[in-house]
Amino acid sequence: MKKEPVKIKELAVDQRINGFQEVVLGYSEEEALEEAGRCLQCKNPACIAGCPVGIDIKKFIYQITKKDYIAAYLTIREKNNFPSLCGRICPAEYQCRKACILTKKGAPFASPEAINIHFLERFAGDYGMREGLEAGANRNEDLSRFKVAVVGSGPAGLCCAGELARKGIKVKVFEGLHKTGGVLRYGIPALRLPRDILDFEINYLSKLGVEIVTNFIIGRAKTLDELFKEGYAAAFLGLGAGIPSFMGVPGENLCNIYSANEFLTRVNLMCAYKFPQFHTPVSIGKHIVVIGGGNTAMDSSRVALRLQKMNGMEPDTTIVYRRTEVEMPARRLEIEHAKEEGVKFKFLVKPEEFMGNDLGLVEKMRSLECKLGEPDSSGRKRPVAIAGSDFQIPCDMAVIAVGLKANQVLTKVTPELKTDEYGDLEVNPQTMETSMRGVFAGGDIVGGEGTIIEAMGMSKIAARAITDYLKS
Amino acid sequence: MKIILKEILSNTPENKVTRLDILAPDIAQRALPGQFVVVMVNEEGERIPLTVVNTDKQKGTLSIIFQEVGLTTRLLGSLNSGDSLYAIVGPLGHPTEIKNYGKVILVGGGVGIAEIYPVARAFKEEGNQVTSILGARSKDILILEKELKGVSDEFYVTTDDGSYGRKGFTTDVLAELLKKDNYSLVYAVGPIPMMKRAAMVTRDFKVKTIVSLNALMVDATGMCGCCRVNVAGETKFSCVDGPEFDAGLVDWEELIKRNRLYLEQEKHICRLRLQ
Repeated sequence: MKKEPVKIKELAVDQRINGFQEVVLGYSEEEALEEAGRCLQCKNPACIAGCPVGIDIKKFIYQITKKDYIAAYLTIREKNNFPSLCGRICPAEYQCRKACILTKKGAPFASPEAINIHFLERFAGDYGMREGLEAGANRNEDLSRFKVAVVGSGPAGLCCAGELARKGIKVKVFEGLHKTGGVLRYGIPALRLPRDILDFEINYLSKLGVEIVTNFIIGRAKTLDELFKEGYAAAFLGLGAGIPSFMGVPGENLCNIYSANEFLTRVNLMCAYKFPQFHTPVSIGKHIVVIGGGNTAMDSSRVALRLQKMNGMEPDTTIVYRRTEVEMPARRLEIEHAKEEGVKFKFLVKPEEFMGNDLGLVEKMRSLECKLGEPDSSGRKRPVAIAGSDFQIPCDMAVIAVGLKANQVLTKVTPELKTDEYGDLEVNPQTMETSMRGVFAGGDIVGGEGTIIEAMGMSKIAARAITDYLKS
Repeated sequence: MKIILKEILSNTPENKVTRLDILAPDIAQRALPGQFVVVMVNEEGERIPLTVVNTDKQKGTLSIIFQEVGLTTRLLGSLNSGDSLYAIVGPLGHPTEIKNYGKVILVGGGVGIAEIYPVARAFKEEGNQVTSILGARSKDILILEKELKGVSDEFYVTTDDGSYGRKGFTTDVLAELLKKDNYSLVYAVGPIPMMKRAAMVTRDFKVKTIVSLNALMVDATGMCGCCRVNVAGETKFSCVDGPEFDAGLVDWEELIKRNRLYLEQEKHICRLRLQ
């Protein structure tokens, strides 16, 4: 008897697009039980290997089927400090769910039949949050005399701080912005990650004794050397991928062409959608074009469309991508949501130029049509522009979401830190230690852009290595 | 983040300039001439960049000087000694390259005078022969005259209305000086039209000219690209690549347009909030 996957409840489209309320509503207990009951409890579960932090997925799903939600929560927490967060934003269809036995062989991402592991994780995580469950700390008195500095309060930094604090190590997190969370706050909109969830997960660290200072840029207000002189025994760098890439096409500096980072930071971190109650403005175009195919492009388009709607405008937001839908790196769910909400998609389009008016405001985008050619180094088919296929579309605002480069604020002033040709930190993959003694790193500053759970995976390796380093 | 001292430097209906000394020991310890901080007045506020005009390492304070032009600077100007900022972060941007160039000219227009002051002083301490040209619309809004005079070998003031010093623009004096003598460096900070004129004047004399740009910023740490400027045909981020650039290579028209983008919103919020 083959059971259908349990659909997740979602906010109705007309309720969604007037604000930033969370779209995915989560499973009820009955739904979670039904979905968990679909799990085949494989003898050799492949899903666990598909998880960058190695959550015992088989076990926690089994515990859900037994209604032992406390145990399920603690099982996840053993490997993942932030179940409510990861249950919402992990691209599970490329990770655990893709490895699930119910996914068809050779599929580019998880089949719909695969167990909805992420929704079950979220169910258990939210249960733990509601019930105020605490994962047992594994404090080691020998380690409590050490202080470790964590640079950056994004996913990598928060995860590493949590791991270290649970062992009893004193941790201080240095965040450059005025609020914590890094990309979780400035990048990911509340419609995917409600702010109370994020705050809860960060507050959990404070309960573990982690100290967090904001408005403090290591490499600017203090150097790594100074931290060591102040008595820190080790440092972890979760600096993130900070610098937005542009396409390098003519007219890209016209007004109302934003990087996704700027657009999302204005709206998410600075609350520009509440202007003038909040003082940071953001432009809202009549014809908004978002360029890119990743989660950031989906987030940007859905935020842009909401801004149009919230300001009484006819929603007109279009995603422009060089390849086709199947090659889009975004989570499938976000692509579906964007479509449901009315975001238009134009595939096989390569922007060539932006044209503006006398005031320097963008008005049009000229593009070329593409076809797919041979696979490139990423394994995806390369988009090949078709000569003479020029066309123009109206575009009075554009958001460029084509990727990020390394944040170099700290690395540029710290010659001891070896970086690769992309400006990312070089580390020993077994320990995540950098070329500077006692300095470890993880997240997007290592190996470029990845997912949040991959960042956490690196942080866990680093936390273990830092613990060993302190003991030696 | 606590304000230790407040001083009103000029106060006319059109032009109010204020100096605040802020307790920020870690930043004060490190900030060098040419660098800036980002401040937020309150949690709802904007992040705005302001040059570090002075530091007192003993007291752990730094000085900012700003003209009230929009909501944020007006709110900042309404704070008093004892109040605290919501946020201050820095020091940001590259510091000015301070060395002995020989003969240097510093040009400051309006509140830009505050930005050339730390550079002029550092140049002087390094043994340069410093000439300063200060410009203001009229006498009553000229700031830091005494301070700049104190670190200059030669000193000029121009006012648009002729109420003090010479009537005319700073760049008139700049052109005359460059005609008479050789200088190794011109450092100019002020309104964009002034910096643009300075770039045009010095181009004929082939003298290296540095400007410090006031592009709009959000995070100011290289993350958002709001402050991108076109320098010699290449896109640079003012916050992490600058804020200083070679004046002759800056695309001034683009910068002027980019800096105007939110003027309507700014007027709107000022009308609403300041009634």
